[in-house]
Amino acid sequence: MFNIFLDDAAALVVVLPLLISAIIAFIPSKIWPWIISLVTLVLHLVLSLHLLKEISISGLIIYEFGNWEPPWGISFKIDGVNIGLQLLFSIFVLISTFYSRKIFLSEIDSRDSGKAYSLWLLAIGSLNGIILTNDIFNLFVFLEISALASISLIALGAGQNRKALLAAFNYLIIGAIGATFYVIGVGFAYAMTGTLNMNDLIIQLAQYSDGQLAIFAGMSFMLIGLMVKAAIFPVHIWLPPAYSYAPSAVSTLLAALATKTILYFFVRLLYEVFIIYPSYLSLFLDFVLYPLSLLAIFIGTLIAIYQDDIKKLLAFSSIAQIGYITLAFSLKDHSGITSGFIHIFNHALIKGGLFMAVGYFAILQKDRVTLTSLKGFGYKYPITSFALLICGLSLIGLPLTNGFISKLYLFQALYTNQLYFSIALVALSSALAVAYFWKIVEQMWFSEIKFKSEKEDSYIYLPIWIITISIIVFGIYSSPIIEFSNLSADYLISGYQN
Amino acid sequence: MVGGLFIIITSQNYLKKVVGLAIFQTAVFVFFVSLAKVLDGTAPILTKMENAYSNPLPHVLILTAIVVGVATSALGLALVLQIYRNYETIEEKEIQSLELKTDK
Repeated sequence: MFNIFLDDAAALVVVLPLLISAIIAFIPSKIWPWIISLVTLVLHLVLSLHLLKEISISGLIIYEFGNWEPPWGISFKIDGVNIGLQLLFSIFVLISTFYSRKIFLSEIDSRDSGKAYSLWLLAIGSLNGIILTNDIFNLFVFLEISALASISLIALGAGQNRKALLAAFNYLIIGAIGATFYVIGVGFAYAMTGTLNMNDLIIQLAQYSDGQLAIFAGMSFMLIGLMVKAAIFPVHIWLPPAYSYAPSAVSTLLAALATKTILYFFVRLLYEVFIIYPSYLSLFLDFVLYPLSLLAIFIGTLIAIYQDDIKKLLAFSSIAQIGYITLAFSLKDHSGITSGFIHIFNHALIKGGLFMAVGYFAILQKDRVTLTSLKGFGYKYPITSFALLICGLSLIGLPLTNGFISKLYLFQALYTNQLYFSIALVALSSALAVAYFWKIVEQMWFSEIKFKSEKEDSYIYLPIWIITISIIVFGIYSSPIIEFSNLSADYLISGYQN
Repeated sequence: MVGGLFIIITSQNYLKKVVGLAIFQTAVFVFFVSLAKVLDGTAPILTKMENAYSNPLPHVLILTAIVVGVATSALGLALVLQIYRNYETIEEKEIQSLELKTDK
């Protein structure tokens, strides 16, 4: 019985959350939707671990839906590139679901609990689909499901602040334009090759080795569409309001995972498929992605310094951090891709931890967390504040935290590519990150007012501290993250050389 | 397609933006369907005669995309309704001036 279950693990990690999501929408109870979600995600983790075991034996799983062979059927592909991400995803959604209960209880109407967890699982299932799918049209469907689910979740923040509605609406419009651009690109690719399967696409595209205008146009459309969805610098405008007005649990999930999964697919498309046209690829990477990443790092950090609202500050710092990731990916070599993946893992942990801590403060003071309202929190809530401090230090990249490992590998990659100017810029923006984080620290520990410490909710600081401890552990013993990233880069680069 | 994008960018009314988005998406659907046309092709039905037939796959893809488009429009309209209930207007400029007032 259980073996049948495991045989289809590759499909079930996506289907299970989607299926359960349809059921729990109708459960009127306050607590059961949460329990069912938690159980579902524990199963999800078991399935992911089983996939990891399978991958370590065979190295590649291609799951064909309905036994329709590719290129006719839709298939999922799991290999060294995405298994690490899948595992991170599984673990993180479990922790954030555990965390989400208290937040949802205080921030949204408790009668909506079933619907909220339904959307929550819908977002999780479809984001997981983005990680696994091997079909470019199927990706569009998952993109849109995840976008619609997260827009609805963001709009749930309207109970706190009606601006959440505007943020959700803007995300809807901009996100839908992005997705439609992507579909136009898919149309061009399909017109030229007659296939949607990524492996088949590589073979079919190879016959146009000199390149055709229609293919380049299609590729550009697809990349622009994905850039909008991944919030890469000039098309990031939907992200800061969306993250800052969403319920805190939703910000945690989206900030840590939503853009990361899309970035992963973006890289996979670049280095697995578009690599057939090295001149186009290097044109895009050198003259579009590379300068945009540098701008993102710099401008994102600068804007973050001037923010008063902490969630907005974190959202703008996310723009900068996405910039670091794309900067690493634009380097076209093994060290660059490795450091990009390392930063995907590390940033997911850091931002998840930060948003969790800030979300907890928000429900404690029943208002938005701003710089002034944080006054004396270091004494009032020492346990969570200390976790926030560690996550923040890791964001800056201090040694002994995992942020340092990211920065170290990024600097190494930039150094081997002799990009001294960007090394200077990255170093400068790390220094600027100290500026905005110091403002928070100053308010929390060095203000005049001294508070007595209040009792904290051990239920909340458990997930926050799991994240914080893993930040320190991966800062000292970083080989698991580095190995997974190396593996991803190995797989992508081996395609590059063929 | 350009018309739809133009509406989204220029119009101040949120409802019009949703409509513009729908037009934009529909244009892309038509683009897909036009890809499938085979000259002198008929509907892809299995008959005894051998006919040239249009490629059915883009049609199927667009069926999926239409469903996605409907969901997007529905969610967009629901959000517009909620915005109206909260702000009593769906004009971008009026909402911005309202927000500026509350910020002060």
